[in-house]
Amino acid sequence: MTYAIEIRDLKKQYENGFEALKGINLKVKKGDFFALLGPNGAGKSTAIGILSSLVNKSSGSVSIFGVDIDQDFAKAKKYLGVVPQEFNFNVFETVFNVVVTQAGFYGIKRPLAMERAEKYLKLLDLWDKKDTQSRMLSGGMKRRLMIARALIHEPEVLILDEPTAGVDIELRRSMWEFIKKLNEQGTTIILTTHYLEEAEQLCRNIAIINSGEIVENTSVSALLKTLNQETFILDLDNPLPNGWGVAGFSVAFDETSCSAEVEVVKGQSLNAIFSALSEQSINVLSMRNKSNRLEELFVKLVKGK
Amino acid sequence: MKNSEIWVAFFTILTREIRRFTRIWPQTLLPPAITMTLYFAIFGNLIGSRIGQMGGFSYMEYIVPGLIMMSVITNSYSNVSSSFFSAKFQHSIQELLVSPTPNWVILLGYVLGGVARGLLVGLVVTILSLFFTNLLVENLLLTVLVVFLTAIMFSLGGFVNALYAQSFDDVSIIPTFVLTPLTYLGGVFYSIDLLPDFWQSLSLLNPVLYMVNAFRFGILGVSDIDAYWALVMISVFILVLFSYSLHLLEKGKGIRN
Repeated sequence: MTYAIEIRDLKKQYENGFEALKGINLKVKKGDFFALLGPNGAGKSTAIGILSSLVNKSSGSVSIFGVDIDQDFAKAKKYLGVVPQEFNFNVFETVFNVVVTQAGFYGIKRPLAMERAEKYLKLLDLWDKKDTQSRMLSGGMKRRLMIARALIHEPEVLILDEPTAGVDIELRRSMWEFIKKLNEQGTTIILTTHYLEEAEQLCRNIAIINSGEIVENTSVSALLKTLNQETFILDLDNPLPNGWGVAGFSVAFDETSCSAEVEVVKGQSLNAIFSALSEQSINVLSMRNKSNRLEELFVKLVKGK
Repeated sequence: MKNSEIWVAFFTILTREIRRFTRIWPQTLLPPAITMTLYFAIFGNLIGSRIGQMGGFSYMEYIVPGLIMMSVITNSYSNVSSSFFSAKFQHSIQELLVSPTPNWVILLGYVLGGVARGLLVGLVVTILSLFFTNLLVENLLLTVLVVFLTAIMFSLGGFVNALYAQSFDDVSIIPTFVLTPLTYLGGVFYSIDLLPDFWQSLSLLNPVLYMVNAFRFGILGVSDIDAYWALVMISVFILVLFSYSLHLLEKGKGIRN
Protein backbone atom coordinates (compact mmCIF):
# COMPACT_ATOMS: atom_id res chain seq x y z
CA MET A 1 0.00 0.00 0.00
CA THR A 2 1.29 3.45 -0.90
CA TYR A 3 0.94 6.00 1.86
CA ALA A 4 0.71 9.74 1.50
CA ILE A 5 3.60 10.00 3.95
CA GLU A 6 5.76 7.16 5.18
CA ILE A 7 8.52 7.89 7.68
CA ARG A 8 10.90 5.13 8.75
CA ASP A 9 13.35 5.37 11.64
CA LEU A 10 13.83 9.09 11.09
CA LYS A 11 16.53 10.66 13.20
CA LYS A 12 17.76 14.22 13.45
CA GLN A 13 20.63 15.41 15.55
CA TYR A 14 21.55 19.09 15.33
CA GLU A 15 25.15 20.29 15.28
CA ASN A 16 24.95 21.25 18.96
CA GLY A 17 24.23 17.60 19.76
CA PHE A 18 20.52 18.04 20.44
CA GLU A 19 18.60 14.98 19.27
CA ALA A 20 15.32 16.36 17.92
CA LEU A 21 14.06 13.08 16.45
CA LYS A 22 15.06 9.72 17.89
CA GLY A 23 14.03 7.34 15.12
CA ILE A 24 10.34 7.99 14.51
CA ASN A 25 8.09 5.82 12.36
CA LEU A 26 4.89 7.22 10.94
CA LYS A 27 2.42 6.38 8.20
CA VAL A 28 -0.26 8.73 6.95
CA LYS A 29 -2.89 7.24 4.66
CA LYS A 30 -3.94 8.94 1.45
CA GLY A 31 -6.94 11.18 2.02
CA ASP A 32 -6.44 11.21 5.78
CA PHE A 33 -7.00 14.19 8.06
CA PHE A 34 -4.06 13.64 10.37
CA ALA A 35 -2.99 15.49 13.50
CA LEU A 36 0.62 15.64 14.63
CA LEU A 37 0.57 16.86 18.19
CA GLY A 38 3.22 17.49 20.76
CA PRO A 39 4.48 20.08 23.20
CA ASN A 40 6.85 22.84 22.11
CA GLY A 41 10.25 21.42 21.20
CA ALA A 42 8.89 17.87 20.80
CA GLY A 43 10.13 17.53 17.22
CA LYS A 44 7.01 18.38 15.16
CA SER A 45 8.58 21.26 13.26
CA THR A 46 11.78 19.27 12.69
CA ALA A 47 9.74 16.43 11.17
CA ILE A 48 7.82 18.87 8.96
CA GLY A 49 11.09 20.61 8.09
CA ILE A 50 12.58 17.33 6.88
CA LEU A 51 9.47 16.55 4.81
CA SER A 52 9.64 19.94 3.15
CA SER A 53 13.46 19.93 2.74
CA LEU A 54 14.10 22.82 5.11
CA VAL A 55 15.91 20.53 7.54
CA ASN A 56 18.49 17.89 6.58
CA LYS A 57 17.82 14.54 8.23
CA SER A 58 20.57 12.64 10.04
CA SER A 59 19.30 9.18 9.07
CA GLY A 60 16.17 7.21 8.22
CA SER A 61 13.95 7.46 5.19
CA VAL A 62 10.93 9.47 4.11
CA SER A 63 8.57 8.76 1.23
CA ILE A 64 5.89 11.10 -0.07
CA PHE A 65 3.29 9.31 -2.19
CA GLY A 66 5.74 6.44 -2.58
CA VAL A 67 8.60 8.66 -3.73
CA ASP A 68 11.67 8.41 -1.52
CA ILE A 69 13.06 11.89 -0.90
CA ASP A 70 16.60 10.53 -1.22
CA GLN A 71 15.80 9.15 -4.67
CA ASP A 72 13.81 12.00 -6.21
CA PHE A 73 13.12 14.89 -3.83
CA ALA A 74 11.98 17.17 -6.66
CA LYS A 75 9.17 14.75 -7.57
CA ALA A 76 8.27 14.21 -3.91
CA LYS A 77 8.05 17.97 -3.35
CA LYS A 78 5.41 18.29 -6.06
CA TYR A 79 3.03 16.23 -3.92
CA LEU A 80 3.52 18.49 -0.95
CA GLY A 81 2.14 21.90 0.02
CA VAL A 82 3.35 23.49 3.25
CA VAL A 83 1.76 26.24 5.30
CA PRO A 84 4.43 27.15 7.85
CA GLN A 85 3.84 28.56 11.28
CA GLU A 86 5.72 31.79 10.62
CA PHE A 87 4.99 34.18 7.76
CA ASN A 88 7.62 33.52 5.13
CA PHE A 89 6.60 35.41 2.02
CA ASN A 90 8.27 38.44 0.50
CA VAL A 91 6.48 41.24 2.33
CA PHE A 92 7.15 43.74 -0.47
CA GLU A 93 5.43 41.66 -3.14
CA THR A 94 1.73 42.02 -3.88
CA VAL A 95 -0.62 39.25 -2.82
CA PHE A 96 -1.11 38.21 -6.46
CA ASN A 97 2.63 38.11 -7.17
CA VAL A 98 3.37 36.03 -4.06
CA VAL A 99 1.04 33.31 -5.32
CA VAL A 100 1.92 33.49 -9.03
CA THR A 101 5.66 33.51 -8.28
CA GLN A 102 5.28 30.38 -6.16
CA ALA A 103 3.55 28.68 -9.09
CA GLY A 104 6.54 29.58 -11.24
CA PHE A 105 8.87 27.76 -8.83
CA TYR A 106 6.82 24.63 -9.54
CA GLY A 107 7.22 25.12 -13.28
CA ILE A 108 3.61 26.22 -13.82
CA LYS A 109 3.32 28.54 -16.81
CA ARG A 110 2.04 32.05 -16.16
CA PRO A 111 -1.43 31.81 -17.79
CA LEU A 112 -2.32 28.74 -15.70
CA ALA A 113 -0.66 30.26 -12.62
CA MET A 114 -2.79 33.40 -12.98
CA GLU A 115 -5.95 31.34 -13.41
CA ARG A 116 -5.21 29.31 -10.28
CA ALA A 117 -4.16 32.39 -8.31
CA GLU A 118 -7.56 33.94 -9.05
CA LYS A 119 -9.32 30.71 -8.05
CA TYR A 120 -7.56 30.30 -4.69
CA LEU A 121 -7.47 33.97 -3.78
CA LYS A 122 -11.24 34.11 -4.39
CA LEU A 123 -11.82 30.91 -2.39
CA LEU A 124 -9.83 32.35 0.49
CA ASP A 125 -11.53 35.72 0.25
CA LEU A 126 -8.38 37.60 -0.74
CA TRP A 127 -9.17 38.54 -4.33
CA ASP A 128 -9.98 42.17 -3.48
CA LYS A 129 -6.50 42.40 -1.90
CA LYS A 130 -4.63 40.99 -4.89
CA ASP A 131 -2.78 44.24 -5.63
CA THR A 132 -2.02 44.99 -1.98
CA GLN A 133 1.54 44.59 -0.72
CA SER A 134 1.47 41.51 1.47
CA ARG A 135 2.98 43.37 4.45
CA MET A 136 -0.20 45.48 4.58
CA LEU A 137 -2.44 42.47 5.26
CA SER A 138 -3.89 41.60 8.65
CA GLY A 139 -2.61 38.50 10.49
CA GLY A 140 -5.57 36.41 9.39
CA MET A 141 -5.19 37.49 5.77
CA LYS A 142 -1.51 36.60 5.85
CA ARG A 143 -2.39 33.09 7.05
CA ARG A 144 -4.91 32.72 4.22
CA LEU A 145 -2.33 33.98 1.74
CA MET A 146 0.04 31.24 2.85
CA ILE A 147 -2.70 28.65 2.32
CA ALA A 148 -3.42 30.00 -1.18
CA ARG A 149 0.29 29.92 -1.96
CA ALA A 150 0.63 26.33 -0.70
CA LEU A 151 -2.29 25.23 -2.89
CA ILE A 152 -1.16 26.89 -6.11
CA HIS A 153 0.44 23.69 -7.44
CA GLU A 154 -2.58 21.67 -6.20
CA PRO A 155 -0.64 19.30 -3.95
CA GLU A 156 -1.88 15.88 -2.84
CA VAL A 157 -0.75 16.52 0.74
CA LEU A 158 -1.19 19.79 2.61
CA ILE A 159 0.80 20.29 5.81
CA LEU A 160 -0.47 23.04 8.09
CA ASP A 161 1.83 23.96 10.96
CA GLU A 162 -0.19 25.79 13.62
CA PRO A 163 -2.38 27.49 11.00
CA THR A 164 -4.83 29.00 13.47
CA ALA A 165 -2.33 30.42 15.96
CA GLY A 166 -3.43 33.95 16.75
CA VAL A 167 -6.45 33.79 14.46
CA ASP A 168 -9.85 34.97 15.70
CA ILE A 169 -12.67 32.45 16.22
CA GLU A 170 -14.73 33.40 13.17
CA LEU A 171 -11.76 33.21 10.84
CA ARG A 172 -10.60 29.98 12.42
CA ARG A 173 -13.96 28.39 11.73
CA SER A 174 -14.08 29.55 8.12
CA MET A 175 -10.51 28.34 7.65
CA TRP A 176 -11.43 24.89 8.93
CA GLU A 177 -14.49 24.73 6.72
CA PHE A 178 -12.22 25.40 3.77
CA ILE A 179 -9.66 22.78 4.84
CA LYS A 180 -12.42 20.23 5.49
CA LYS A 181 -13.73 20.75 1.94
CA LEU A 182 -10.23 20.26 0.58
CA ASN A 183 -9.97 17.00 2.50
CA GLU A 184 -13.36 15.86 1.21
CA GLN A 185 -12.08 16.49 -2.31
CA GLY A 186 -9.20 14.08 -1.65
CA THR A 187 -6.33 16.19 -0.34
CA THR A 188 -4.49 14.58 2.56
CA ILE A 189 -4.24 17.02 5.44
CA ILE A 190 -1.56 16.94 8.12
CA LEU A 191 -2.09 19.38 10.92
CA THR A 192 -0.18 20.51 13.95
CA THR A 193 -2.07 22.58 16.46
CA HIS A 194 -2.14 23.53 20.11
CA TYR A 195 -5.93 23.79 19.99
CA LEU A 196 -6.70 20.17 20.80
CA GLU A 197 -10.43 20.59 20.35
CA GLU A 198 -9.63 21.33 16.69
CA ALA A 199 -7.72 18.08 16.36
CA GLU A 200 -10.53 16.20 18.09
CA GLN A 201 -13.21 17.64 15.87
CA LEU A 202 -11.37 17.56 12.55
CA CYS A 203 -8.85 14.75 12.48
CA ARG A 204 -9.40 11.06 11.94
CA ASN A 205 -5.94 9.89 12.96
CA ILE A 206 -3.41 11.24 15.32
CA ALA A 207 0.21 10.94 16.37
CA ILE A 208 1.59 12.43 19.55
CA ILE A 209 5.26 13.19 19.57
CA ASN A 210 7.24 13.94 22.69
CA SER A 211 10.98 14.46 23.15
CA GLY A 212 11.62 13.23 19.62
CA GLU A 213 9.62 10.01 19.98
CA ILE A 214 6.15 9.00 18.88
CA VAL A 215 4.30 8.18 22.09
CA GLU A 216 0.93 7.46 20.46
CA ASN A 217 -0.23 6.81 16.92
CA THR A 218 -3.82 5.75 16.43
CA SER A 219 -7.25 6.97 15.39
CA VAL A 220 -8.78 9.84 17.35
CA SER A 221 -11.80 7.69 18.27
CA ALA A 222 -9.61 4.81 19.50
CA LEU A 223 -7.56 7.21 21.54
CA LEU A 224 -10.61 8.79 23.13
CA LYS A 225 -11.90 5.35 24.09
CA THR A 226 -8.82 4.87 26.25
CA LEU A 227 -9.88 7.79 28.38
CA ASN A 228 -10.78 6.20 31.76
CA GLN A 229 -12.02 9.23 33.53
CA GLU A 230 -13.69 12.51 32.62
CA THR A 231 -14.38 15.50 34.79
CA PHE A 232 -17.66 17.36 34.34
CA ILE A 233 -18.66 20.69 35.78
CA LEU A 234 -22.33 21.07 36.71
CA ASP A 235 -23.67 24.60 37.23
CA LEU A 236 -26.38 24.43 39.90
CA ASP A 237 -29.21 26.75 40.93
CA ASN A 238 -28.68 26.09 44.65
CA PRO A 239 -25.64 25.13 46.74
CA LEU A 240 -25.07 21.53 47.75
CA PRO A 241 -25.78 20.67 51.40
CA ASN A 242 -22.72 20.06 53.58
CA GLY A 243 -21.39 16.52 53.29
CA TRP A 244 -23.51 15.76 50.23
CA GLY A 245 -22.17 12.98 48.04
CA VAL A 246 -23.03 10.00 45.88
CA ALA A 247 -21.45 6.62 46.40
CA GLY A 248 -18.71 5.85 43.84
CA PHE A 249 -18.32 9.46 42.65
CA SER A 250 -15.83 12.11 43.66
CA VAL A 251 -17.68 15.43 43.91
CA ALA A 252 -16.19 18.81 44.82
CA PHE A 253 -18.41 21.86 45.28
CA ASP A 254 -17.28 25.43 44.56
CA GLU A 255 -19.40 27.94 46.46
CA THR A 256 -18.23 30.97 44.52
CA SER A 257 -19.47 29.70 41.18
CA CYS A 258 -22.14 27.43 42.66
CA SER A 259 -20.86 24.54 40.61
CA ALA A 260 -19.96 20.93 41.27
CA GLU A 261 -16.96 19.17 39.80
CA VAL A 262 -17.77 15.50 39.27
CA GLU A 263 -15.24 12.86 38.27
CA VAL A 264 -16.85 10.10 36.22
CA VAL A 265 -14.95 6.86 35.70
CA LYS A 266 -15.51 4.91 32.48
CA GLY A 267 -18.72 2.83 32.81
CA GLN A 268 -20.32 5.07 35.43
CA SER A 269 -23.58 6.86 34.60
CA LEU A 270 -24.27 10.48 35.46
CA ASN A 271 -27.92 9.54 36.10
CA ALA A 272 -27.05 8.70 39.72
CA ILE A 273 -25.80 12.26 40.22
CA PHE A 274 -28.86 13.81 38.55
CA SER A 275 -31.23 11.66 40.69
CA ALA A 276 -29.42 12.58 43.92
CA LEU A 277 -29.54 16.28 43.00
CA SER A 278 -33.22 16.00 42.12
CA GLU A 279 -33.97 14.55 45.56
CA GLN A 280 -32.44 17.71 47.03
CA SER A 281 -34.55 19.87 44.62
CA ILE A 282 -31.34 21.17 43.05
CA ASN A 283 -31.48 21.81 39.32
CA VAL A 284 -28.56 21.49 36.91
CA LEU A 285 -28.49 24.70 34.86
CA SER A 286 -25.71 23.63 32.52
CA MET A 287 -23.00 21.00 32.16
CA ARG A 288 -19.60 20.91 30.46
CA ASN A 289 -16.33 19.01 30.32
CA LYS A 290 -13.70 20.50 32.63
CA SER A 291 -11.14 20.18 29.83
CA ASN A 292 -11.07 18.89 26.30
CA ARG A 293 -11.00 15.08 26.34
CA LEU A 294 -8.08 14.91 23.96
CA GLU A 295 -6.26 17.45 26.08
CA GLU A 296 -6.55 15.20 29.14
CA LEU A 297 -5.05 12.30 27.19
CA PHE A 298 -2.39 14.52 25.66
CA VAL A 299 -1.23 15.74 29.06
CA LYS A 300 -1.06 12.17 30.38
CA LEU A 301 0.84 10.91 27.36
CA VAL A 302 3.44 13.63 27.27
CA LYS A 303 3.98 13.34 31.01
CA GLY A 304 4.45 9.60 30.51
CA LYS A 305 1.63 8.68 32.90
CA MET B 1 11.28 18.63 -13.32
CA LYS B 2 10.84 18.68 -17.08
CA ASN B 3 13.00 21.05 -19.10
CA SER B 4 10.03 23.33 -19.79
CA GLU B 5 9.27 23.50 -16.05
CA ILE B 6 12.91 24.25 -15.26
CA TRP B 7 12.81 27.09 -17.76
CA VAL B 8 9.65 28.51 -16.14
CA ALA B 9 11.25 28.31 -12.68
CA PHE B 10 14.43 30.00 -13.91
CA PHE B 11 12.49 32.73 -15.69
CA THR B 12 10.38 33.28 -12.55
CA ILE B 13 13.45 33.82 -10.37
CA LEU B 14 15.10 36.07 -12.95
CA THR B 15 12.02 38.25 -13.54
CA ARG B 16 11.43 38.51 -9.79
CA GLU B 17 15.00 39.70 -9.33
CA ILE B 18 14.66 42.25 -12.14
CA ARG B 19 11.29 43.38 -10.73
CA ARG B 20 12.93 43.82 -7.32
CA PHE B 21 15.79 46.08 -8.39
CA THR B 22 13.67 48.11 -10.80
CA ARG B 23 10.97 48.59 -8.13
CA ILE B 24 13.54 50.10 -5.77
CA TRP B 25 15.34 52.06 -8.51
CA PRO B 26 16.08 55.05 -6.24
CA GLN B 27 18.25 52.65 -4.18
CA THR B 28 19.68 50.58 -7.02
CA LEU B 29 19.91 52.55 -10.27
CA LEU B 30 19.97 56.20 -9.26
CA PRO B 31 22.92 56.25 -6.78
CA PRO B 32 25.51 54.82 -9.21
CA ALA B 33 24.29 57.24 -11.88
CA ILE B 34 24.81 60.22 -9.56
CA THR B 35 28.13 58.96 -8.15
CA MET B 36 29.58 58.25 -11.56
CA THR B 37 28.43 61.60 -12.94
CA LEU B 38 30.33 63.24 -10.07
CA TYR B 39 33.41 61.12 -10.85
CA PHE B 40 33.23 62.15 -14.51
CA ALA B 41 32.76 65.82 -13.63
CA ILE B 42 35.37 66.07 -10.86
CA PHE B 43 38.05 63.51 -11.71
CA GLY B 44 37.56 63.47 -15.45
CA ASN B 45 36.81 67.13 -16.22
CA LEU B 46 38.23 69.27 -13.44
CA ILE B 47 41.25 67.30 -12.20
CA GLY B 48 41.72 65.22 -15.36
CA SER B 49 42.35 68.25 -17.53
CA ARG B 50 45.39 69.06 -15.33
CA ILE B 51 46.69 65.47 -15.30
CA GLY B 52 47.12 65.32 -19.03
CA GLN B 53 47.39 62.06 -20.96
CA MET B 54 47.49 58.52 -19.63
CA GLY B 55 48.27 55.55 -21.85
CA GLY B 56 48.02 57.83 -24.85
CA PHE B 57 44.49 58.99 -24.04
CA SER B 58 42.99 61.92 -22.17
CA TYR B 59 42.44 61.17 -18.48
CA MET B 60 38.68 61.28 -18.99
CA GLU B 61 38.88 58.68 -21.78
CA TYR B 62 41.19 56.58 -19.61
CA ILE B 63 38.97 56.44 -16.51
CA VAL B 64 35.61 55.94 -18.26
CA PRO B 65 36.09 52.17 -18.89
CA GLY B 66 37.33 51.73 -15.32
CA LEU B 67 34.36 53.57 -13.83
CA ILE B 68 31.89 51.60 -15.97
CA MET B 69 33.52 48.39 -14.77
CA MET B 70 33.51 49.59 -11.16
CA SER B 71 29.73 50.16 -11.39
CA VAL B 72 29.19 46.72 -12.91
CA ILE B 73 31.28 45.00 -10.23
CA THR B 74 29.69 46.68 -7.21
CA ASN B 75 26.13 46.45 -8.51
CA SER B 76 26.24 42.81 -9.59
CA TYR B 77 27.77 41.88 -6.26
CA SER B 78 25.45 43.87 -4.05
CA ASN B 79 22.31 42.87 -5.96
CA VAL B 80 22.79 39.19 -5.28
CA SER B 81 24.18 39.54 -1.76
CA SER B 82 21.39 41.86 -0.58
CA SER B 83 18.55 40.11 -2.40
CA PHE B 84 19.49 36.60 -1.31
CA PHE B 85 20.31 37.65 2.24
CA SER B 86 16.98 39.53 2.52
CA ALA B 87 15.19 36.38 1.36
CA LYS B 88 17.09 34.44 4.02
CA PHE B 89 16.38 37.06 6.66
CA GLN B 90 12.62 37.18 6.09
CA HIS B 91 12.54 33.40 5.42
CA SER B 92 11.01 33.90 1.98
CA ILE B 93 13.86 31.78 0.60
CA GLN B 94 11.81 28.85 1.94
CA GLU B 95 9.34 29.45 -0.91
CA LEU B 96 12.08 28.31 -3.25
CA LEU B 97 13.54 25.62 -1.04
CA VAL B 98 10.25 23.74 -0.64
CA SER B 99 9.70 23.83 -4.40
CA PRO B 100 11.18 21.27 -6.82
CA THR B 101 13.39 23.94 -8.43
CA PRO B 102 16.91 22.45 -8.70
CA ASN B 103 19.71 24.23 -6.84
CA TRP B 104 21.59 25.08 -10.01
CA VAL B 105 18.50 26.89 -11.33
CA ILE B 106 18.19 28.86 -8.08
CA LEU B 107 21.85 29.83 -8.39
CA LEU B 108 21.58 30.71 -12.06
CA GLY B 109 18.42 32.78 -11.49
CA TYR B 110 19.96 34.87 -8.73
CA VAL B 111 23.28 35.26 -10.55
CA LEU B 112 21.68 36.40 -13.80
CA GLY B 113 19.50 38.78 -11.76
CA GLY B 114 22.75 40.32 -10.49
CA VAL B 115 24.18 40.35 -14.00
CA ALA B 116 21.06 42.14 -15.25
CA ARG B 117 21.46 44.90 -12.67
CA GLY B 118 25.21 45.14 -13.23
CA LEU B 119 24.75 45.47 -16.98
CA LEU B 120 21.85 47.91 -16.69
CA VAL B 121 23.84 50.15 -14.37
CA GLY B 122 26.84 49.75 -16.70
CA LEU B 123 24.67 50.89 -19.59
CA VAL B 124 23.36 53.90 -17.64
CA VAL B 125 26.92 54.90 -16.70
CA THR B 126 28.06 54.42 -20.30
CA ILE B 127 25.29 56.70 -21.57
CA LEU B 128 26.19 59.31 -18.92
CA SER B 129 29.85 59.13 -19.92
CA LEU B 130 28.87 60.17 -23.46
CA PHE B 131 28.01 63.62 -22.07
CA PHE B 132 31.68 64.00 -21.11
CA THR B 133 33.64 62.16 -23.80
CA ASN B 134 33.40 60.27 -27.06
CA LEU B 135 33.51 56.55 -26.51
CA LEU B 136 34.81 54.57 -29.45
CA VAL B 137 34.85 50.84 -28.89
CA GLU B 138 37.96 49.16 -30.28
CA ASN B 139 36.82 45.53 -29.86
CA LEU B 140 33.09 45.17 -29.21
CA LEU B 141 33.09 41.39 -28.75
CA LEU B 142 35.87 41.46 -26.17
CA THR B 143 34.27 44.42 -24.37
CA VAL B 144 30.89 42.71 -24.09
CA LEU B 145 32.46 39.38 -23.13
CA VAL B 146 34.61 40.90 -20.38
CA VAL B 147 31.79 42.92 -18.85
CA PHE B 148 29.38 39.97 -18.98
CA LEU B 149 31.83 37.51 -17.43
CA THR B 150 32.87 40.01 -14.77
CA ALA B 151 29.23 40.58 -13.83
CA ILE B 152 28.74 36.81 -13.53
CA MET B 153 31.85 36.44 -11.40
CA PHE B 154 30.89 39.15 -8.93
CA SER B 155 27.28 38.00 -8.79
CA LEU B 156 28.61 34.60 -7.74
CA GLY B 157 30.79 36.32 -5.15
CA GLY B 158 27.71 38.11 -3.80
CA PHE B 159 25.87 34.79 -3.63
CA VAL B 160 28.60 33.13 -1.53
CA ASN B 161 28.67 36.19 0.72
CA ALA B 162 24.89 35.98 1.23
CA LEU B 163 25.03 32.26 2.04
CA TYR B 164 27.61 32.83 4.77
CA ALA B 165 26.11 36.09 6.06
CA GLN B 166 24.24 35.93 9.34
CA SER B 167 23.50 39.63 9.68
CA PHE B 168 23.22 42.70 7.46
CA ASP B 169 26.69 43.70 8.71
CA ASP B 170 28.11 40.55 7.15
CA VAL B 171 26.64 41.60 3.80
CA SER B 172 28.38 44.99 3.89
CA ILE B 173 31.76 43.91 5.31
CA ILE B 174 33.12 42.32 2.10
CA PRO B 175 32.08 45.17 -0.25
CA THR B 176 33.45 47.79 2.15
CA PHE B 177 36.69 46.19 3.26
CA VAL B 178 37.58 43.98 0.29
CA LEU B 179 35.74 44.94 -2.88
CA THR B 180 36.10 48.72 -2.68
CA PRO B 181 39.87 48.72 -1.97
CA LEU B 182 40.47 46.12 -4.70
CA THR B 183 38.46 48.19 -7.18
CA TYR B 184 40.14 51.49 -6.31
CA LEU B 185 43.55 49.83 -6.47
CA GLY B 186 42.60 47.84 -9.59
CA GLY B 187 43.69 50.41 -12.15
CA VAL B 188 40.41 52.29 -12.44
CA PHE B 189 42.07 55.69 -11.99
CA TYR B 190 45.67 55.02 -13.00
CA SER B 191 47.99 52.82 -14.99
CA ILE B 192 50.12 50.54 -12.84
CA ASP B 193 53.11 51.75 -14.87
CA LEU B 194 53.02 54.79 -12.55
CA LEU B 195 53.70 52.61 -9.51
CA PRO B 196 57.11 51.60 -8.10
CA ASP B 197 58.14 48.03 -8.99
CA PHE B 198 57.07 46.53 -5.67
CA TRP B 199 53.55 47.97 -5.81
CA GLN B 200 53.32 47.10 -9.48
CA SER B 201 54.03 43.43 -8.72
CA LEU B 202 51.62 43.50 -5.80
CA SER B 203 48.92 45.00 -8.04
CA LEU B 204 49.21 41.99 -10.32
CA LEU B 205 47.71 39.89 -7.52
CA ASN B 206 44.54 41.98 -7.66
CA PRO B 207 41.96 40.20 -9.87
CA VAL B 208 40.03 43.43 -10.45
CA LEU B 209 43.08 44.85 -12.24
CA TYR B 210 42.72 42.18 -14.94
CA MET B 211 39.02 42.84 -15.48
CA VAL B 212 39.36 46.62 -15.61
CA ASN B 213 42.28 46.39 -17.99
CA ALA B 214 40.67 43.79 -20.23
CA PHE B 215 37.59 46.00 -20.47
CA ARG B 216 39.75 49.06 -21.15
CA PHE B 217 41.57 47.09 -23.82
CA GLY B 218 38.24 46.28 -25.46
CA ILE B 219 37.28 49.95 -25.57
CA LEU B 220 40.56 51.84 -25.98
CA GLY B 221 42.92 49.15 -27.17
CA VAL B 222 45.41 49.81 -24.32
CA SER B 223 46.01 47.68 -21.26
CA ASP B 224 48.56 47.04 -18.50
CA ILE B 225 48.08 43.30 -18.88
CA ASP B 226 47.18 40.71 -21.52
CA ALA B 227 43.40 40.91 -22.01
CA TYR B 228 43.06 37.29 -23.09
CA TRP B 229 44.87 36.07 -20.00
CA ALA B 230 42.31 38.12 -18.05
CA LEU B 231 39.47 36.27 -19.82
CA VAL B 232 40.96 32.92 -18.86
CA MET B 233 41.37 34.05 -15.26
CA ILE B 234 37.78 35.33 -15.00
CA SER B 235 36.49 32.07 -16.50
CA VAL B 236 38.44 30.00 -13.96
CA PHE B 237 37.09 32.18 -11.11
CA ILE B 238 33.56 31.69 -12.43
CA LEU B 239 33.95 27.91 -12.58
CA VAL B 240 35.38 27.76 -9.07
CA LEU B 241 32.77 30.11 -7.57
CA PHE B 242 29.87 28.40 -9.37
CA SER B 243 30.97 24.95 -8.15
CA TYR B 244 31.52 26.25 -4.64
CA SER B 245 28.14 28.05 -4.53
CA LEU B 246 26.39 24.93 -5.76
CA HIS B 247 28.18 22.81 -3.18
CA LEU B 248 27.08 25.21 -0.42
CA LEU B 249 23.51 25.17 -1.71
CA GLU B 250 23.44 21.36 -1.81
CA LYS B 251 24.75 21.30 1.76
CA GLY B 252 22.18 23.90 2.73
CA LYS B 253 24.80 26.28 4.13
CA GLY B 254 23.01 29.09 5.93
CA ILE B 255 19.59 28.10 4.61
CA ARG B 256 18.85 24.61 5.91
CA ASN B 257 19.24 23.22 9.42
